[in-house]
Amino acid sequence: MGLSARELTLVAAIQAGLPLVSRPYAAIGAKISMSEAEVIERLSMWLANGILKRLGVVVRHRELGYQANAMVVWDIPDDQVQAVGKRMGEQAVVTLCYQRPRRLPEWPYNLFCMIHGRDRDVVRGHVDTLVRTCGLEGVPHEVLFSRRRFKQRGARCVDAGARSSDSMFDGAQSTAVVF
Amino acid sequence: MNGLEKSLLNDFQRDFPLSATPFADIASGLEVDEAEVLKGLSELQAQGAVSRVGPVFQTDRIGASTLVAMAVPDERLEDVAELVNAYPETNHNYEREHRFNLWFVLTASTEKRLRDVLADIERRSGIEPLVLPMAEAYHIDLGFPLQWA
Repeated sequence: MGLSARELTLVAAIQAGLPLVSRPYAAIGAKISMSEAEVIERLSMWLANGILKRLGVVVRHRELGYQANAMVVWDIPDDQVQAVGKRMGEQAVVTLCYQRPRRLPEWPYNLFCMIHGRDRDVVRGHVDTLVRTCGLEGVPHEVLFSRRRFKQRGARCVDAGARSSDSMFDGAQSTAVVF
Repeated sequence: MNGLEKSLLNDFQRDFPLSATPFADIASGLEVDEAEVLKGLSELQAQGAVSRVGPVFQTDRIGASTLVAMAVPDERLEDVAELVNAYPETNHNYEREHRFNLWFVLTASTEKRLRDVLADIERRSGIEPLVLPMAEAYHIDLGFPLQWA
């Protein structure tokens, strides 16, 4: 959507992460014949215009003791979903909040949020708090706790064919964690 | 977890330095050597606590992306999860406690490629996926504040 071929080359070179070396932007640039200054300038621009949500350390919750992870799905009347979504997105316990289409009859929910906690009781407590602070008493919702994680890694926005070479730091294809 | 590790995990999830030497800048702010920062991050990555140091793209601004759910019979769940994982377009894939028990995110370079992958998964698994693309974002991934037990 509007990225030039040159920009897509940079996406491909950086999507698996920065190399942990003294001058990572120069190292990324060297793979794709782009100067360090240009890499930095394009990343700054993408952060400013929202193509990049963030740049930095991406942690794995489970490895850090956040064993409970729930996707909470809500069936909010269409004329209220935007207001409720905004309110919900502002709550500190919510790490993601998206509106998605319903797929009736099997899927009636149109608002999704993600809540992490050290255990399930903590997460259930957060859900109760959300219900109160967002005025959702009586609103149909379900709490979908995660069990096995089959995969977690950064998105690959650009096809393998357009990729220069995947970085050696592509270590995120995790094996399933069972508990 | 020592103080340096906690700081590396929590304080640089966003606003990572966009200077030529970001790790040296982080080190100088924490009053340690660049080598300690690089070693600390390498170890956290090796342990699995850090997935990567890098970008989180708003993927639908670059290519096409969607959340997908499938209701998979329990005895086939591992096989279908493996089938889904094998696509480079799959970046997250979780089992969740629900009739729809497999939840994954697909990101492809184009809408067409995304549709092709979805059709392929449906054909190979024999299970119709529930395709749930984002319609509106109210809170995007801006990092995750950690609290130490």
